[in-house]
Amino acid sequence: MTTNHSATAHHHSHHFDSAQHEYESDKEGIWLFMVTEILMFGGLFVAYAIFHQIYPEMFAEGAKQLSWKMGFFNTLVLIASSLTMALGIYYNQINKSNKAFWNLIATLVLAGIFLVVKYFEYASKFETGFLPGKFLNPETVGATSQNLGMYFGLYFCMTGLHGLHVVIGMILISWLAYRTKRGDFNANYYTPVEGVGIFWHIVDLIWIFLFPLLYLVG
Amino acid sequence: MSEHHVMPLKTYFKVAGGLVLLTILTVVFHEMKMGALAGPVAFLIAAVKASLVLLYFMHLKYDNMTNRVIFGSGFFFLILLFAFSYVDIWTRIKSFSTL
Repeated sequence: MTTNHSATAHHHSHHFDSAQHEYESDKEGIWLFMVTEILMFGGLFVAYAIFHQIYPEMFAEGAKQLSWKMGFFNTLVLIASSLTMALGIYYNQINKSNKAFWNLIATLVLAGIFLVVKYFEYASKFETGFLPGKFLNPETVGATSQNLGMYFGLYFCMTGLHGLHVVIGMILISWLAYRTKRGDFNANYYTPVEGVGIFWHIVDLIWIFLFPLLYLVG
Repeated sequence: MSEHHVMPLKTYFKVAGGLVLLTILTVVFHEMKMGALAGPVAFLIAAVKASLVLLYFMHLKYDNMTNRVIFGSGFFFLILLFAFSYVDIWTRIKSFSTL
């Protein structure tokens, strides 16, 4: 045990050599988790790429039903939230807990705005009958492509899984904000903030691909 | 722990600014209606944006080699999945199915 029991010293678990060793192992675990995230979304992206190649007109018809302005706005919201998340880490790294706290709160607010916009988008699709798979009736929505339900199947699966990640991210960021306020983090120990940060940025990264693929190219 | 790398504040703002500009660029190219090129161009811009997020926001630029290799392996397996699925669909389903 160290004799230095200052408030900033982080006591690492006994199975690690040092706090640095613990930090690096934790981060490696997060990156492994990120690989599983890439592969989970990757399956959907591969499905998108292949069916888009086979039915380009159907995908274009589907994309026309989405408002690119809402997707564009949400892209900017997520970029801003990535910035505030990065600042939440930065201020914890330099022992400015209060600024870190408010940046985490800002990240939460931006994530909330993203979900509200998404709610309005989903609501309008439900109302007009642009539903996934067999639930989409080409006659009632006046679709040219008989298999337009496939586009909306992919749209709801991809944005739905992404939205679920946003919700999980919000829960984790709330936990970080609470712990930051309590004074758990400092220049020597901020591993949970860095880990959740990486998770939050991957949520942004996936949206970076979803926006042009679903809203623009179609 | 002096090993922790703290990036300067202005780098974060520059990266965020770059991401916003590239997003606007995506929409501008979309409005130009480039036909067959539209897809690859949009994908290329998205890839540049993703790299910015990975290198700076996710600190991969200053991370150790292990984490970079781990993350790279994810993309390797993704390409593998894509390549085999694509070849399969193209040579089999696309040729014989009425799907």
